[in-house]
Amino acid sequence: MLPVSEPATDRSTISGGYTDQMRPSDGGHLVTAAPLDPAAVAAQVARSGDGAVSSFVGLVRDHNAGRNVLWLDYEAFAPLALKAFEQIAAEASEKWPGARLAIHHRTGRVAIGEASVAIAAASPHRADAFAACRYAIERVKQIAPIWKHEHFEGGDVWIEGATADPSDEGARIAALERACT
Amino acid sequence: MHVTIRLFARLRELAGASELTRQVPDGSTANDAWQALTAEFPAMADYGRSISCAVNEEYARLTVALHDGDEVAFLPPVSGG
Repeated sequence: MLPVSEPATDRSTISGGYTDQMRPSDGGHLVTAAPLDPAAVAAQVARSGDGAVSSFVGLVRDHNAGRNVLWLDYEAFAPLALKAFEQIAAEASEKWPGARLAIHHRTGRVAIGEASVAIAAASPHRADAFAACRYAIERVKQIAPIWKHEHFEGGDVWIEGATADPSDEGARIAALERACT
Repeated sequence: MHVTIRLFARLRELAGASELTRQVPDGSTANDAWQALTAEFPAMADYGRSISCAVNEEYARLTVALHDGDEVAFLPPVSGG
């Protein structure tokens, strides 16, 4: 998949201030320690045949499970995370023909209120864009090899959610059901 | 044969390293490497039913056979998003 537009002359940066070393993958996905730019993610997926782009931005919030959260440190197995994002995008385009996804995820320290993940789903029709976007974040939480280390008032803890299994059909169907309700 | 073991998040902290090189018998599976790792770091044994693994940057089953020079990553339950 080619990006919609490329900076014609300046190869050192792309829109949103990402540096050249942080360019999205060929599929448009990104794992980066730099602040995310949701508008750039949305601009990256939209094409002239699209009628809608649906965006999701996940934020670091100041509380979790009764704890006052100070910040999160995100760790990723980046090359495998990008492959997981490619798989999620392929699943979405199979389910919603014409839908395209871009998934960008932060690593390193992310402060309260900052974006940890930015997803954009483009489609000819808004219903598919909404559904594909919701599907993508549910699947990211299931299969992306990324971990949050929560630092809170009084301690820190690794958050451990799902056992990642990209071929688990039950998990994939659960994500589809959440996306379509 | 030698394999490189990659560890993340709490598994990395329990081992005190993100990467280890270990010798395993020919014909070993990823699970064999995991069992050897938990013998070395008993605190990891709690993860036995919840880890995933990846071989050479592709998700793989624990039953997959390893080859000399492979990189096997053990992944605790994920929490991205």
